Amino acid sequence: MPNSKLGSHYSQAYDAELHQAVVCLLQMATLAQQQLTDAMAAFTTANLTLAQQVKAFDRKVNTFEVEISEHCLLILARRQPAASDLRLVLSVLKAVNDIERIGDLAKRIAKVLLKEPDSNRPQPAQLGQLTLMGTKVLQMLSRALVAFERVDVSEALTVLRADSAIDADYAGITQQCLQDMRQNAEQITTSLQIMQVAKALERVGDHARNICEHTIFLRTSRNVAHLSDTELQQVVDEG
Amino acid sequence: MTNSAPIKISAKDVAVFYGNNQALHGISMDVYQNEVIAFIGPSGCGKSTFLRCMNRMNDTIEHCRVTGSILLDNQDIHQPELDVVQLRAQVGMVFQKPNPFPKSIYENIAYGPKLHGLAARKADLDDIVESSLRRAGLWNEVKDRLDQPGTGLSGGQQQRLCIARTIAVSPEVILMDEPCSALDPIATLIIEELIDELKQNFTIVMVTHNMQQAARISDRTAFFHLGNLIELGNTNDLFTNPKLKRTEDYITGRYG
Repeated sequence: MPNSKLGSHYSQAYDAELHQAVVCLLQMATLAQQQLTDAMAAFTTANLTLAQQVKAFDRKVNTFEVEISEHCLLILARRQPAASDLRLVLSVLKAVNDIERIGDLAKRIAKVLLKEPDSNRPQPAQLGQLTLMGTKVLQMLSRALVAFERVDVSEALTVLRADSAIDADYAGITQQCLQDMRQNAEQITTSLQIMQVAKALERVGDHARNICEHTIFLRTSRNVAHLSDTELQQVVDEG
Repeated sequence: MTNSAPIKISAKDVAVFYGNNQALHGISMDVYQNEVIAFIGPSGCGKSTFLRCMNRMNDTIEHCRVTGSILLDNQDIHQPELDVVQLRAQVGMVFQKPNPFPKSIYENIAYGPKLHGLAARKADLDDIVESSLRRAGLWNEVKDRLDQPGTGLSGGQQQRLCIARTIAVSPEVILMDEPCSALDPIATLIIEELIDELKQNFTIVMVTHNMQQAARISDRTAFFHLGNLIELGNTNDLFTNPKLKRTEDYITGRYG
């Protein structure tokens, strides 16, 4: 565990409890990342079996959410954490919500395919754009999690800023879909599917951004959720 | 806590020696009027020693030497012409173990005002006893047995009796040295609630080993270690984001 902030309590059991909270969160995140990877693969290759599996596995992500929340509840009740320990528990509790939502969004992508498996397949160019956006989102998420684990605020800030590229991708794909729908009524169902998937990916980007904000809070004790870019930079420089 | 409040006590470079041992190393801080300020730190860190400087309780200890200056309302408390008995009425003290006099509840409260000539008539004294017990949140529990010994009360009631006794001589500052450490959790909460009310009229300086208590009731917290003042800050900041690693290690239970 590179997060050295966890250790060296007089109570080793307390060290272990905080460690456990972070380890479980990262396990949950790995599962959610796999879910998202699989959901994208299922959608782009029209793999119904994989889509079914994504749908079914969402339960596992939810189970993690409940377990980690209860674990944090017990730490709060029994240890009354202070300072960085308190911020860690709060950050884990918040990040757990974001990761659970990412799991839901993976399931949503799988369900887009499952709902209308017989609709026209998107064009290769459309799939290419979506896959590219999906890869970007997964990379952003993965970097956000590493920054969280290492409590690396400057990396968190860099990753957080990458969210605007994701938003731009979403805007571009939506624009293209609207144009396609105007030109060809038969494209409507397919375009709506693409828009739903892109929307889900855009939301994953928002949650990855949130995780970066939790990292900054964890290190600096500052809630940066509603700050401008300049203000954010200031917080990170001070911290 | 607004730092625009007037300064009640101003300590500058206060050092305390017990013989050749230096217990405090140049402590400077201002205590604001009507704030609750808590001193925390491990045993032997000097927090009680510093508290006891504020009403010259260390004078009573042989071989104890205090240097530096402490101003109460801008008056040096070490000036030779100062009446120490009067100082200790102005800056009252409540101790770790409730220590009522072996007298009736009434006499426990009436003793100080009589000594300081605060009551000309019996009726005035009665008023002081009642209002002090009321402000200490004890009146309703003892009003029918004022003639009974104070030592017959429960621990929490005895501590409130001691607070009432301190209030009775109209102090401005109340020093509390671990006032709840001998009390059960409910009696502790009652005292904490009382402290919250008392700060309307008094300035309260409190030593506590219970960090949660400092977090619950103080406006500012000072962390002492090895006779030094390490960090002094708003309680909210100190318990969520202390500035120094030594403070962080102490309040999160880590070895440094």
